[in-house]
Amino acid sequence: MSDVLLRVRDLTKRFTTRGPYRRKNEFTAVDGVSFDVRLGETLAVVGESGCGKSTSARIVAKLMEPTSGTLEFDGEDITHAAGARLARYRAKVQVVFQDPFSSLNPRHTVERILMAPLDYQGIAPKGGRRAHTRELMERVGLDPDHAHRYPAQFSGGQAQRIGIARALAVNPKLVICDEAVSALDVSVQAQIIELLRRLQRESGFSYIFIAHDLAVVRQLAQRVAVMNKGRIVEQGPCEEVFRAPGDPYTKTLLAAIPRINPAWDRRRRAAR
Amino acid sequence: MSELLVVEDLTVTFPTSRGPVDVVKDVSFAVGRNETVGIVGESGSGKSMTSLAVMGLLPPGATTRGSIRLDGAELLGRPDREMRRVRGEQASMIFQDPLSSLNPYYTVGLQIEEMYRAHRRCSRKEARAVVVEALTQVGIPEPERRAGYYPHQFSGGQRQRVMIAMALVCSPALLIADEPTTALDVTVQAQILGLLAGLQRETGTGMVFVTHDLAVISSIATRVLVMCRGEQVEYGDAEQVFAAPRHDYTRMLLESIPRIDDEVVL
Repeated sequence: MSDVLLRVRDLTKRFTTRGPYRRKNEFTAVDGVSFDVRLGETLAVVGESGCGKSTSARIVAKLMEPTSGTLEFDGEDITHAAGARLARYRAKVQVVFQDPFSSLNPRHTVERILMAPLDYQGIAPKGGRRAHTRELMERVGLDPDHAHRYPAQFSGGQAQRIGIARALAVNPKLVICDEAVSALDVSVQAQIIELLRRLQRESGFSYIFIAHDLAVVRQLAQRVAVMNKGRIVEQGPCEEVFRAPGDPYTKTLLAAIPRINPAWDRRRRAAR
Repeated sequence: MSELLVVEDLTVTFPTSRGPVDVVKDVSFAVGRNETVGIVGESGSGKSMTSLAVMGLLPPGATTRGSIRLDGAELLGRPDREMRRVRGEQASMIFQDPLSSLNPYYTVGLQIEEMYRAHRRCSRKEARAVVVEALTQVGIPEPERRAGYYPHQFSGGQRQRVMIAMALVCSPALLIADEPTTALDVTVQAQILGLLAGLQRETGTGMVFVTHDLAVISSIATRVLVMCRGEQVEYGDAEQVFAAPRHDYTRMLLESIPRIDDEVVL
């Protein structure tokens, strides 16, 4: 299909650790994972801790080399891209991390943080740094007059908006969100989810949304891949996977989600 | 219902460079025997400070007003020496992160044993039998052997089971659980919630369950206290709070929760 932006095939990542008496232990974190991300869509990768979802994301972001498998972006094999080719790839693929405070340099102002991806690319923003910073801040709902503040002067939700703005600075085609809303309070989480949806509508980029919370995924993704023990056990449109899960692990996962008593929920909504 | 814990007009104040700040303001609630009361709120709402106040574990410098009565006896203003008797014996607490609550240098068996022997006169041999029984009760397989393991040798969910075993080893009347399942995977969370509910049925322990997760609260609590910025926003039967919230903040919180079963327009 021509509308495939990212094609991941048979991705495998093995880690070697040394146990007692220098005994070698091999651990397969990602085991033959294949998926596609289409233009403008959101693919969610879900699973519990240790399932390999973050390792997969790190490999796609080229922060880690796979043991085997291939990555193809926009028709180009980037599995072993380095140097200028890697830099070009990074101009199209950006990451938003879980904890904004540890992923934003505390000694840099918002302007410097937001311009860093452009500086790495050696691009001078059209209209100047100040204007580009203001524009990015406005897009994510931050007050552009705060461009010279430091991350610590923002709340958790606002800091995550800075992280999102930084990802948008180079106008990427793919944004990888690694548990980007997991650390936020529910009311703030709802706002950030809405922001992520709006930005995608405006700019048409694709998301890989890594999460453990299936209810959050439901609000954002068209397709979902469920991972367990390094493998994708099931993938497909959210509607189908959530309504009629085919794999026993997906069923367990869905059944374990705490839900508000539906009768109470209905009464509250009817009263509005 | 005879109430086990009665908290009335509890106010917790911290001195700051800009003057005293009330982190908990006039909070009142009650917990019956065999009942679970949920305290919900977002970060900074004062929910954890409220539970620490009940345990007499507030950080130094904090001052309290109001009343906290456990089984009719006032806890506020008691000297620390007496509170130490209360903790573990009459009221226990479990926290979000069991790994930081357990001592990494001692086996879990020894730590549970210590807790038991701090409150009961008995031989080490008797205490050890109690430890094995406590671990069995919380569903740790091969309890005799696992009592000799160190905290890092357990998974996150099993560690929380160990903490629960330790908290309940002296059969306290009250258990305060502060975000006990927040750090756990959903499937493990479901197991721990099931375990707590089962233990409560067996022992009749009154429970205060502190969490930011309204869905978790709705599945286990009979009464709910909603807090925001130190204030009590709403307090009532779980059904009333969830089906007919009286306060806009509660309604906003309930609307913010992403729901798995909802129709979503993308």
